[in-house]
Amino acid sequence: MTHTDASFDTRAHYMALMARKRLYGGLVLTVFVALMVSGFMLADDRNAGGFWSGLPQILDFPASVIDDTLPKLDRLPGHVVRYFPALLETVNIAAVSTLIGALLAMVISLLSTRGLARWPRLIPLFRRIMDILRAVPEIVIALVLIFVLGGGPVPAMIAIAFHTVGALGKLFSEVNENADLKPVEGLQSVGATWLQRMWLGVVPQVSPNYFSYALLRFEINIRASAILGFVGAGGIGYELRNAMAWGQGRFDEAAAIFLLLFGSIVIFDQLSSHVRNAMIAKKGTH
Amino acid sequence: MADAVLYASADRLFLRKRLLAFGLPAVVLAYLAYVFFAFDIAGLAERARMDNARTLLADVWSYKTHVTQDNRTGEVVVAIEGERKGTYAAGTEPDWVEMDPEGTVVALGDGHAVTFLPAGGFRYDVPGYGPVEVRVEGREVVSNLEGEIPDWVSASGTRVQVETSHARISVTRNRTELFRYFPGWELFFFTLGSPYHGHGAGEILFGDRIDPTRSNLSGAWHDFWGNDMWRHADVAWALFETVLMAFLGTFGAAFVALPLAFLSARNFAPLVAVRFAVRRVFDFLRGVDGLIWTIVLSRAFGPGPLTGALAILLTDTGTFGKLFSEALENVDGKQIEGVSSTGAKPLQRYRFGVLPQITPVLISQLFYYLESNTRSATIIGAITGGGIGLLLTQAMITQKDWEEVSYYIILIVLMVMAMDSLSGWLRRKLIRGA
Repeated sequence: MTHTDASFDTRAHYMALMARKRLYGGLVLTVFVALMVSGFMLADDRNAGGFWSGLPQILDFPASVIDDTLPKLDRLPGHVVRYFPALLETVNIAAVSTLIGALLAMVISLLSTRGLARWPRLIPLFRRIMDILRAVPEIVIALVLIFVLGGGPVPAMIAIAFHTVGALGKLFSEVNENADLKPVEGLQSVGATWLQRMWLGVVPQVSPNYFSYALLRFEINIRASAILGFVGAGGIGYELRNAMAWGQGRFDEAAAIFLLLFGSIVIFDQLSSHVRNAMIAKKGTH
Repeated sequence: MADAVLYASADRLFLRKRLLAFGLPAVVLAYLAYVFFAFDIAGLAERARMDNARTLLADVWSYKTHVTQDNRTGEVVVAIEGERKGTYAAGTEPDWVEMDPEGTVVALGDGHAVTFLPAGGFRYDVPGYGPVEVRVEGREVVSNLEGEIPDWVSASGTRVQVETSHARISVTRNRTELFRYFPGWELFFFTLGSPYHGHGAGEILFGDRIDPTRSNLSGAWHDFWGNDMWRHADVAWALFETVLMAFLGTFGAAFVALPLAFLSARNFAPLVAVRFAVRRVFDFLRGVDGLIWTIVLSRAFGPGPLTGALAILLTDTGTFGKLFSEALENVDGKQIEGVSSTGAKPLQRYRFGVLPQITPVLISQLFYYLESNTRSATIIGAITGGGIGLLLTQAMITQKDWEEVSYYIILIVLMVMAMDSLSGWLRRKLIRGA
């Protein structure tokens, strides 16, 4: 009797628990959907053009770009060649800022990892610095620097490098936390300085992970550098804005730029994921 | 024999290591050198506008009050930052300006005092130098300085400017203008039109009613919130709009991407063709990138938060689609088998066999992107004209409201950090709950 009673109780209890869980889940989902719907309605309300009135026109712009390009298809390769240096500048901005950002991120991440830091008391300080660097959108620094330094690639480079230090620094310090401390101790026992301990003891362990994160960041930075160009900091984004300003009838140059941008993003995206996969595979065999 | 082979391979390894140790830094240096010339960094020093940098830095932490005399009418106006919204009404001028039709006297402290000449010009007893007098004579502006003029005075036939540690005064035929700098952000809480201007927090909270028609707290809040120089209400709304863009974009993308991800995962998609097509759609959405989506969408929907939200939504649908389908390909088949052994239908299999496995991955990615999209929304807002990004670019275009720019920058950084902690907290909470 006790046996059946107990099992009955468990079952009822379980069902009640499930019902409550479902109720909560459903409630959360309902609230969430309501938030989304009202959010979209609010955003639609605040937008200059409405969603439903704009929806039929969504293909107008791509269509007019294609219309402008098709009759002048023979000029497209010429445009592509002409804008290639601008693309190169955009990629260079991304590459340099990733490089400089990664080097600085390496230093600051080592300084803010427990067990490795040169000055353990300053770990919170370096972490806050990274938080702030990460929180500043690139565009903010870029716009201020454009005012001081004038347009061109340098403001974009500095702005993206700043953000990269913060973003990579966080990821790097997570990697550092998993590093084996034995080589560091070994080096310390023979009197190595902090720099030597880090360079010879830690960096060889973590560099594959660093590299993979930096590659991912490079991909993100190409997009960022194109966007910053659009607000005045050189490269393909700047050319795109100029090409757009010429207006209907001359969108064939914009089409060339779209193609270049799309192509380079896809290529670097595939390349970096390929390299990262290869690295993971290589790591697995060792 | 075996030793020789070992030695040889060790030598090769060392050679490779050495090559890497010196070759890699050399390549990096060579690349940096190339960029140094490609970006013309040497020419940067010439192009850099250090005076812009100085005004910017000075403006960030200080503001100036203009005392302007119209030399034709002799009328003197005192205005903060020279703006109409910051103009002192007649009779309410600050006490360091003594209005006088015979010659307004501006006391700058530390013995510095400037007397305006009603016909145009001023007299300024610069301590440690002597009296400087500038007056308008006909079409010319002349000064009493003869011979070698000190470097803090710049004079041409039509304009004389004197800049000391306490003020900057310039005279042209039409006007005599004095700038005095004060630390801080001007009129941040109340504009001059508000009765609460010049009252401290203690006075407003605990003192007598300043405006007899309303209580201090509500009146002060109303005047602060409606401050038409800093527009706190608009700024708060813009911040909200930016977060809204990020929220709608991120979660909207998740809603769209989740079902599509099932179609593109190797272990769920029934047809290779469908899988291939959906994957190319994801690649396309990602490859086109937020910038181009923003341009295309703003042509159709006009500027505003909806455009920004949809641009984020489209780009992230591609990203999430890829991430989710990778997560789906890594799910454990045993759990699904277990569920299906109880006779579950396909939808139930997904709900109870698959979703619980990928929820942690899903949630952690979503919240990671929510924070990152708050930054993207700021940037997209600057392009499409919505949210705090728009306010930031507007303030920058004027090239003089740098205190507002720095205010917005601080708010943006705080907003992103708040979103970072919020999403981190929610992530931990939800993953542990699930």
